[in-house]
Formats: sequence, C-alpha cells, structure tokens
Amino acid sequence: MSHRRAEEPTPRWLARAELPRLVAALRAHGHRVLGPVVHEGSLRFDDLPASGELPGGWRDEQGPGRYRVSRRAGEEEVFGVVNGAGSIKPFVFAPREPLLQIEMDARAGPGRPFRAEPIRPDAERIALLGVRACDLAALAVQDRIFLRDRFPDPSYAARRGRLFLVAVGCTRAAPTCFCASMDTGPRPHAGFDLALTELGSGGPGGTAGFVARAGSEAGAALLAALALDAAPAEALAGEEAGYQACAAGMQRALPRERLPGLLYDHLEHPRWDEVAERCLSCANCTLVCPTCFCHDVRDEPALDLQGSVRVRQWSSCFDVEHAQVHGLNFRPHIRERYRQWLVHKLASWIDQFGSSGCVGCGRCITWCPVGIDLTEEVAAIAATSPP
Amino acid sequence: MSAGPSSAGPPGAIRPVSPLLPEPAEIVEKRSFGADLHAFRLRLLDPAARPRFDFQPGQFNMVYVPGVGEVAISISSDPDDADLEHTIRIVGRTTAVIERLGPGDVLGLRGPYGNGWPLQEARFKDVLVVTGGLGCAPVSGAIDYMFRRRASYGHITVLHGVKKPADLVHASRFEAWRRQPDTTVVLTTDQPDRVWRDRTGVVTEHFEEVELDPSRTVVLICGPEVMMRYAIRILRRRGVSDDRIFVSLERNMHCAVGWCGHCQLGPEFVCKDGPIFPVRRLGRFFGVHGL
Ligand SMILES: Cc1cc2nc3c(=O)[nH]c(=O)nc-3n(C[C@H](O)[C@H](O)[C@H](O)COP(=O)(O)OP(=O)(O)OC[C@H]3O[C@@H](n4cnc5c(N)ncnc54)[C@H](O)[C@@H]3O)c2cc1C
Ligand code: SF4
Ligand code: SF4
Ligand code: FES
Repeated sequence: MSHRRAEEPTPRWLARAELPRLVAALRAHGHRVLGPVVHEGSLRFDDLPASGELPGGWRDEQGPGRYRVSRRAGEEEVFGVVNGAGSIKPFVFAPREPLLQIEMDARAGPGRPFRAEPIRPDAERIALLGVRACDLAALAVQDRIFLRDRFPDPSYAARRGRLFLVAVGCTRAAPTCFCASMDTGPRPHAGFDLALTELGSGGPGGTAGFVARAGSEAGAALLAALALDAAPAEALAGEEAGYQACAAGMQRALPRERLPGLLYDHLEHPRWDEVAERCLSCANCTLVCPTCFCHDVRDEPALDLQGSVRVRQWSSCFDVEHAQVHGLNFRPHIRERYRQWLVHKLASWIDQFGSSGCVGCGRCITWCPVGIDLTEEVAAIAATSPP
Repeated sequence: MSAGPSSAGPPGAIRPVSPLLPEPAEIVEKRSFGADLHAFRLRLLDPAARPRFDFQPGQFNMVYVPGVGEVAISISSDPDDADLEHTIRIVGRTTAVIERLGPGDVLGLRGPYGNGWPLQEARFKDVLVVTGGLGCAPVSGAIDYMFRRRASYGHITVLHGVKKPADLVHASRFEAWRRQPDTTVVLTTDQPDRVWRDRTGVVTEHFEEVELDPSRTVVLICGPEVMMRYAIRILRRRGVSDDRIFVSLERNMHCAVGWCGHCQLGPEFVCKDGPIFPVRRLGRFFGVHGL
C-alpha cells in the first residue's frame, strides 16, 4: 500500500450532530467502526452502536496509579476522555496470534515428516475513530519493527494495511501526558486518514463540532463524499489555541535532548536499586505501552498430536524468564529488569530504530499499581548528573 | 472487496512469506560424543531450498521439533558440504526431545541467522581461539574451516578450558588439531583427575605461555561471559586491539529475526546484529552485570 498524501486539504467543519454521518460513510466503505467507549471504568476501542453515536460528557481523571472516568454534567464533548489502558496496538500487533499451522503424518512420536503453513490473519477492514497523536506516533514506531526492518511480518502487515485511522487531536491533556516533550503531540501530524479536532464552539453561530482534515487519498475521498463546508476561521483559531494551551499545560516532561546519553552514562546508579524496592515486576507498564513489542513464540500441539500451532503471545521484559537461557538468567533481579525497560524505551531504542520507544502517552504511569513514574525516575538520575 | 483509495497505510512492499516458516530436513547421520552431545547431519527434504541455507561458520539455524519447540543452534558443518550439521547439547525441554531422534527422523530448520566469524579478515593472520566450558559449539565449525584451508591462515592457537576432564567431549578433535603444522593446542581443567595429562587451572591462566603478535592476531572467543571478560582484559594488556577480539554471545531467542525482543544486549539484537561481535562494538554494554 502506498502512502500518498493528498494535496494540502482544506479543513472542513463537521457539526457534532453530524458525527454519525461520518460513521455511516465509513461503514458504507466496508469498515467495522470502533471508537472510544467507556467500559468497566476505563476507555477502550469498541464497536460503535448502530446509530453511530458516541455518548458525550465523559471525562477522565488520571494520576500515578490512579484512573477514573465519570460523566460530567454540562459537558458535551464526545472525545473528552484522553486515553484508557488500551492503545490501538492490539489491532495490529495482536496479543495472541497463531502464526503457523503444522500438520504431521500419522506415525507416532516426534521426528515425523510435517508440513508448515503460514496462518494469515483474517484481517477485517477496521476504522478506528478517536486515535490520539501519541498512538499514531506509536504505530509508526511499531511499523519500524514489524514492517521496515530486515524481516517484515506478514501478519502485522495484513492488519496494518486494512486500518483506516481517524485521529482526534488533544486540546486537553491528562496530568500523566507528556507528548509535547517527546514531539509526538498533542496535534496529530501524520499517519492518519482523517484528523479531527473537537471544539465546544467555533462553528456557525457558536456551535460545537470538529475541524476535519484529510491525511490520505481515502480520507480526502471520504470528506468529499460528506460534502462539508470549509471550517470557519474562528474554528481554525480555536483549534490552534487549543493545541497550544494543551501543550503548555502539560505537567510532565522528559529531557529528550539528554537521551540516550544520560541513561547510557548511568547504567550503574543507586536509583535502580531504589526503584527496584517499589517495582512489583508485574509487567503492567509493558502491556499498556503502545510501542512495547516483546513476545514469546510457542507450540500449542493438538490433543491428537497430528498437528500443532505456533503461537505468538505478548510477553514482557519484566517476566522472570525473559532473559533466561539454559542454566543462567541474565536479569534475575527486578533492578535489572526495570533498567532494561527504561534504558530500552528511552535510549537503546533510538540506536535500534531511529526513534524513541516512548511517545509520552503516560499510560505506564497511570496503570502502574504502585505509581512508578518514568519521568520521575529519569529526573532522579538527571539530578545527580548536571548537564 | 476492492481496496478502494489508499488509506494511510505503511509504505513499502511486504514480502508475503513468513520468515518463521521451518523447512523440513531429514537426519541422515547421528554421532554421539558422550551422553549428552550429539551431532546431527541434516538433509533438506526439498533440495531446491539448500541455496537459501548457504552460511558462514558462526551463523545459526533455528532447529524446530513440531509440537515441542524451537532452539537456536550454530551450524557446525563446513559451508562447502551439501548437508548441514548441528552439534546439540541436551539441556532442557526441546533438546531432550531432539536427543531421542535418529536417522530417518525429520526436524525443521530455518535460517541461517546472524553473522559469522571474521574468517575472511583473518586470512593470512594468526588466529587465537579461546573457548571455555561446554559452550564451544559455535566456534568448532570455524576451527575446522580454517584447518580445511590451512594454507590461508598463519599460526593457529586453540586454548580450551573445561571444569572437569569429563567435560572434554570430542577429545579426538583436539588431538587431530594438535598434530597440524604451525598449531598450538592448550587444554586445561579446573579439577584434574589422575589420568589428565594437560594443564590445570582456568583457561585465562595459560595466556602467558601463548606467543602472540598483537599486530597480526585475530582472537575468537566463545564460552561463559565471565571467562570472556577475563580473556579480554589479558588480551588488552598484551596489546590486542578491541577491533580484533571477537566474542560469540548467547541469549534467549524466540524468533531470530528481531521481533521478539528476548535477545537484546543494550542496543544490540544478538540474533540479527550478532551473535558474533567485535569487542569494540559492544563497548560499555559488555560486562555490565545484569544487562
Ligand atoms: C546463537 C546461539 C547459538 C547456539 N548454538 C548452540 C549449539 O551449537 N549447540 C548447542 O547445543 N546449543 C547452542 N545454543 C544454545 C541452545 O539454543 C540452548 O541450549 C537451547 O535453546 C536450550 O533449549 P531447551 O528447550 O532444551 O532448554 P530449556 O532450558 O528447556 O529452554 C527453554 C527455552 O528457553 C530458551 N533458552 C534456553 N536456553 C537457551 C540458550 N542457551 N540460548 C538461547 N535460548 C535459550 C529457548 O527459548 C528455549 O526454547 C545456542 C544458542 C544461541 C543463542
Ligand atoms: S513508556 Fe509509558 S509514556 Fe512512554 S509510550 Fe510507553 S506507556 Fe506511554
Ligand atoms: S514499573 Fe509499575 S507497572 Fe511496571 S512492572 Fe514495575 S510495578 Fe509493574
Ligand atoms: S531472537 Fe527475537 S529479537 Fe532476537
């Protein structure tokens, strides 16, 4: 699939009440449309109702180890919740994915002739509505691993090629967010088909709605089909002001210009011992992270032993056996596993793939049961090492 | 369904074939050295697939037992041989099943992965091979390679240390190497018994007696990382540059293609950037405990 960017598109105005028309148009193009749905106290991408409507008024409250969503009286925004535990990663890099089907002949025992067939995922055309700039950046990071490195992965490619991405820029950040310091948000820059900015006013007569921009041919065709008016100048001004205020108000940051050197210079540091006292090695941070890619590959033999499936499943550098070889574990202690996670994310990732492994989404801070905050860990190390 | 106008998909053409697909290969010969080390000579069922398996000594294949698992194993045969040989130590779940197999049985192979020893750069130079413990499989193919092309290499020294004499499997091979011209073989053990005739102590204690011209020597090291670190320290003291010292690393591997993340050491993926590294390249990341 080629990435052809449309001509610099004219921003359009989509009234809030017209969002279902966008959903209907995506469905008419054969997409299953998923959007941010509040479910069991968190936000996740789920099928939108037949009406194509998203309930408005939900807001999130986030902090280290803390997450609440609640409905706010007087709020109408449909994309009011910044993010939840689930990123868009599972839609391309599946948590559990059968990769190969192995058929063996009828003779008993190992050593029999076999045939191996790749299992192609039955990739649906999925449109994701409400993808944040950080998650788009994370998708580009995963593309580098699974598509643009030496060995492209056909399963990832199959899912990736059938995604239609409707981004939503953030005009409000959670206290855990730091995309501005990672240069990945809050405004979506690239990699989307459509990008929306939700505004409480700015439409004709001060109405609420979205500035809509196309980022691909498919996005431009869809916008054209909706026959929308150009966005009013007030809306464009409101959009710009929203992004600036959002970036300026972020409460956390990483000193990107000091990485990777800062961590490479402190592979030994008392802070690793200190954080190991708090970290439970539960792997939550790696599971919610939109860029983490570690996984195991295992055989799951059929009960009749006539076949087997090779399955890939998410794993984590916090798993005890992650760096274990016969008779030796390279990272037996939590200190070493936390260091691996942080140094990989923020430093060695840059050597490996030319970009940071962190896009500043803040999920690992929110979803850490003991509230470990990577920006604080980096700051503690930086404090002992003035630039 | 038609693809429609292109969405913001990733650029670049995608090879449709999974790099994880194993190629069936039949065991044509099994040789056993002691109880738990076996060499398996393997022939691909599809001879047309053989060119894809052309390799350099030091590279490895993923050896697959259907329904059980897959393990990283160096290729121990000569690159010019039609068959592929793997010398496998029986240590755990998957290798225990491999142990039960013999001629006529079928395994899966995919590879070759990683890089090889610098055997082209080492031509017409002296070569010092330092191996320790049981982990010498990745280097023995390289030694055979050089002896098969003896005229292309200068003085060859093999320093091999084992914990106890029983660990010296494949002893006849060392004896054969020892009889070669312009060759030094030093064997040593930590715990000598009454019949042991070679040196005693750890391998690094015997560096002093090795004559070595740092300007024309390439060093290949394979074995436990502590041994490698000691060896590197001594070699540096004797003036060998980090560019000429090569180590073979071992890490957990689930994919061998840079996807699973298990094999990392600092910025390196041991599966695709290694498993063989000049010490210079590893720099500060080699020798940090728990990295
Ligand atoms: C580049 C490379 C070359 C190797 N060459 C050889 C060789 O020529 N001969 C030989 O006998 N052995 C070699 N090994 C080691 C061999 O891969 C392990 O002994 C083997 O994976 C153990 O598998 P197991 O299932 O029997 O053991 P278990 O202990 O049951 O291992 C279970 C799983 O752990 C992982 N694992 C365990 N030990 C290792 C290890 N040492 N390295 C990598 N992953 C491990 C694997 O994912 C394995 O499937 C090599 C390893 C690497 C990385
Ligand atoms: S490391 Fe944390 S903040 Fe950075 S991308 Fe991953 S989950 Fe988000
Ligand atoms: S940092 Fe937090 S989320 Fe990550 S493993 Fe440790 S306790 Fe779990
Ligand atoms: S073995 Fe999977 S990344 Fe190296």
